[in-house]
Amino acid sequence: MWQELRSELYPQGLEIVTVALDTGGADVVRPYIEAARPEHPSLIDQAHLMDELFGIVNVPSGVWIDEEGMIVRPPETAYPHRPTFLDRPVPADATPEVAARIAAARKLRVEPERYLAALRDWVTWGAASRYALAPEVVLERSRPRPVEEATAAAHFALGQHLHRAGRPEDAVGHFRAAYRLQPDNWTYKRQAWSLLPEGQDPRVVYGSDWLTDVGRLGAEHYYPALEME
Amino acid sequence: MIFESLQVDHAAFTRQTGWEIKPEGACKGTRCVPLPAAATAGGLVDVSILAERLRMPLVRDEEAGLWCLGPEAGGRALTDVQVPDFALPDLAGREFRISSLRGKKVLLVAWASW
Repeated sequence: MWQELRSELYPQGLEIVTVALDTGGADVVRPYIEAARPEHPSLIDQAHLMDELFGIVNVPSGVWIDEEGMIVRPPETAYPHRPTFLDRPVPADATPEVAARIAAARKLRVEPERYLAALRDWVTWGAASRYALAPEVVLERSRPRPVEEATAAAHFALGQHLHRAGRPEDAVGHFRAAYRLQPDNWTYKRQAWSLLPEGQDPRVVYGSDWLTDVGRLGAEHYYPALEME
Repeated sequence: MIFESLQVDHAAFTRQTGWEIKPEGACKGTRCVPLPAAATAGGLVDVSILAERLRMPLVRDEEAGLWCLGPEAGGRALTDVQVPDFALPDLAGREFRISSLRGKKVLLVAWASW
């Protein structure tokens, strides 16, 4: 997904680093990474370290880091091009549920043009770019971390640990707790839902699923509007 | 940050949390939080005291016999604009350290297969 942009901007001094937030690790992400044939570092974050370090709550999220290792933009929705789900037709034979998922995905707000224009501006102008934010603005715009969300992180980490230790049934209670404490963290809940065995419905185990939560929130709010300046 | 015991050695605590135990207290970057003597009695770190002092929630799984410390609560996800120096593996298992890109601009992108 990012290789084309990397080819364009690497000669101008930008490196892209992609990080897969996947409890399943290399086995799960290998087909995607091999198909993308990235020339840039393409890393695997089995423990969702990115969530904790940067306050990432949905994907794809981008963080800008300058030459001195300073964050100049905190996590925000980052698409390198118009995603195919925005134009996906509903197949004639789709079940009502599949049709509803496709329809909801088409309503998500994605703004790759604005994001890329800002990124190119920063690559050209560096600190003089109006899209490179001052340190206090970077911190202010990063996600608040009340005790409920810090506790959700601990439950999510325990859930992942137990799942990877071969005790998926013991992980469920911790994933439920993380969902209860931080219901708008899509990386936690989508990861937990995806770890259920084939045929198990997240609505039964966790009381919700993607379509239910997107419906509740409103598809247009799934990705917050970009606040570029 | 998973712990099997609430008494851990200094190096393990620092490796897991990024907080270093110094004479002036628990320190990370330019911040130092004073600690009572009991926090480091017997040469080990008392994770429950540190959790309280550093405002990190401590969650217990009784059955698994595990503890987990969450990140510091009460502030924001980013407390410093200096990027934390994390390292993660690639498909081949080679560790890549983010600080190896110092001198370049970096777009760090989180994605997922799910």
